[in-house]
Amino acid sequence: MHTLVLATQATEGAEHASNAFLETTSGAIGLAWLIPILPLLGFVLVLVTAKSLRERAAFIAITMSTLSFVLAVAVFFQVSSEPGTHVRPMVDFINAGPLQVSWDLLIDQLTAVMLLVVTGVGTLVHVYSLGYMHGDARYERFFAYLNLFLFSMLVLVLGSSFLMLFVGWELVGLSSYLLIGFWFENPEYAAAAKKAFITNRVGDVSFMVAMFLIFSTFGTLDFFTADHSGVLELAGGLNSTTALAIGLLLMGGAAAKSAQIPLYVWLPDAMAGPTPVSALIHAATMVTAGVYLTARSSSILVMNLDVLTVVAWIGVLTALMAALIAIRQNDIKKILAYSTVSQLGYMFVGIGTGGFSEGVFHLVTHAFFKGLLFLAAGSVMHAMANKTDAWKMGGLRKVMPLTFWTSAIAWLAISGVPPFAGFFSKDQILTTAYEHGFTAVWALGVLTAVLTAFYMSRWFFLIFLGEARYGDDVHPHESPTSMTAPLMVLGVLSLAGGAVLNFTHHGPFYRWLEPVVAGTGDVAFAAHGPLGEPALIGISIVAAVVGIGLAYALYGPHRDLSQGAMSEPIRGPLAELMERKFFVDEAYEAVFVTFGGWVSERLAVFDKRVIDGAVNGAGGITSLGARVTRRAQTGLLRGYLGGVVAGTVVLVAVLLVQVR
Amino acid sequence: MPIGYYFALSAMMFCIGLAGVLVRRNAIVLFMCVELMLNAVNLTLAGGSRLWGGADGQVFVFFVIVVAAAEVVVGLALIVNIFFRRGTLDVDAPRLLKG
Repeated sequence: MHTLVLATQATEGAEHASNAFLETTSGAIGLAWLIPILPLLGFVLVLVTAKSLRERAAFIAITMSTLSFVLAVAVFFQVSSEPGTHVRPMVDFINAGPLQVSWDLLIDQLTAVMLLVVTGVGTLVHVYSLGYMHGDARYERFFAYLNLFLFSMLVLVLGSSFLMLFVGWELVGLSSYLLIGFWFENPEYAAAAKKAFITNRVGDVSFMVAMFLIFSTFGTLDFFTADHSGVLELAGGLNSTTALAIGLLLMGGAAAKSAQIPLYVWLPDAMAGPTPVSALIHAATMVTAGVYLTARSSSILVMNLDVLTVVAWIGVLTALMAALIAIRQNDIKKILAYSTVSQLGYMFVGIGTGGFSEGVFHLVTHAFFKGLLFLAAGSVMHAMANKTDAWKMGGLRKVMPLTFWTSAIAWLAISGVPPFAGFFSKDQILTTAYEHGFTAVWALGVLTAVLTAFYMSRWFFLIFLGEARYGDDVHPHESPTSMTAPLMVLGVLSLAGGAVLNFTHHGPFYRWLEPVVAGTGDVAFAAHGPLGEPALIGISIVAAVVGIGLAYALYGPHRDLSQGAMSEPIRGPLAELMERKFFVDEAYEAVFVTFGGWVSERLAVFDKRVIDGAVNGAGGITSLGARVTRRAQTGLLRGYLGGVVAGTVVLVAVLLVQVR
Repeated sequence: MPIGYYFALSAMMFCIGLAGVLVRRNAIVLFMCVELMLNAVNLTLAGGSRLWGGADGQVFVFFVIVVAAAEVVVGLALIVNIFFRRGTLDVDAPRLLKG
């Protein structure tokens, strides 16, 4: 295997820009170990000082998060001036003879992007939580958990091998569990936390098997090594069967973490957590870990077109299904949750159609506008005494101008209206899908874009426009500055982020990631249709406008929606199906909980009767034998002596007979 | 005198000792019977030495006598202690090894 792999290595990277391997211990990268360690320190410090400092402990967490962000910016500039695959050696993790695993930091262009997103959005969410969580009984613990999450996510993106990535992967699972179940007094919330954790474990198994397979194929889990024998450097020598297995197993892991079919069910329930958590973990960062994993492993994925096709179809079907469900949800956070699932689907469409940097680009813009949408939703809930029913809102434009304007930016961004950020990333994904011959995927993607614009407009119109539909007991007001400031920062990013980063398809962001992600020049994509890029852009814009227009006609301020949910204009059996989320939860409940429980009970009987029976039977036979043979032990000294003598006589007799 | 007489005597002494060990219950008597068996062996060794004309057997006899002396010291000490502890020298009485 190794010789085969080494032989193909020389032919790689002919036209595709690639990175040099650099072991860097100087400059910002030399200090990069502080990026994950500071939030970990913050986590410990906040927990230790929570009793004495009370709510002021939150500033420790914010300081750590901000320092991480500053370091991440410095690292970004160093990567920018010295492009390459920087590895910062740190400590030995496992040191057992031939098996050497060290916790090194891998810093390249992709890591730099992820670092900025994670620490940047993370810091904004920390600041926002100052106001949002004010008065909560476990205020300090919330900030401790936020810091723990940042640490976990940073371990994930900085890991220099699949194993360290997996360590971070598990840590974010834990932090996510802790934060979803933050208000664990409510049994539903605690159940949501368990659901998220268990669903993620299913994906973890897939990821682990992928790692076993990678290790048995390459003999290492390192992404890159100094002697060019890392997994991603040797991936070009994979045969297509192994590539298929590894690729699909990795996608299985990614599907759980990034909420794709069939493992997306945990994400909508995860909205049980406090809203800043939804923004940070379940929109901007953690759920993108799967996208990061697949983008990082792009050189494995490109070795088999079937893997890419599966990923693309999973992505587009998830996007479509989640968008359909979102149309008929009434909870403002649930709509955003399904919208997140849908947008993650787009990212996988990008990955699956060979547009790795397009997928990561959408990850970045999505972090801006979806983080903003969630924080805006939190601001609305803050104003509406934690009510989340969109039908009981309306007319908040006047009362909360800052939340309104920033939400408007995010709404236009996610709907794909130029020049907002979401337009560029979504359009570039769809263009890639079309140009790489995935015409059906592209068509469904465009349909989903219409639906996205539709349900997000419905969300926006119901909350902010029209007449006030809330009762006299609610007195909405604009949120404090600590909450509106992050909204404005994210608003600017959602407005300009797309155009600045990647105005044209092969703009600065594309070129920035080009050395990291695999080239698709060798992949035998199907021929694409006759449409050129301007026509595709036109179709994307039309899709957004149609979606918004339809929503305006049905939910615009001119409509009488005073009957609340009774005035919902979309009715009928299909709408009912969408509202009940296609009964997926019920189906899973029936198959895995009810039927699985039935099977487990039968197996438990087998275990009790057969397995335990065999074990107890062996013990029983032994003790029965002992009960019989113990009688031979009389305790009479002369008896034993008689035995010895008799034995000796017999032995001597035998010897005498033999000698003769 | 034929050498066989020595061996016959030795065999008789050994059997008497062995029978004593098997049938008697008093620890002291047991002990004496063991000594009788040892000396039966000594007699055989001395007789053998005479028969083959070598000194090896006689050397062995001295070894046995020395070891028997040491054994007497330890054995008698044990017997005294057992008597103080249990108030009897009947070897059947304790039956601590009964299963």
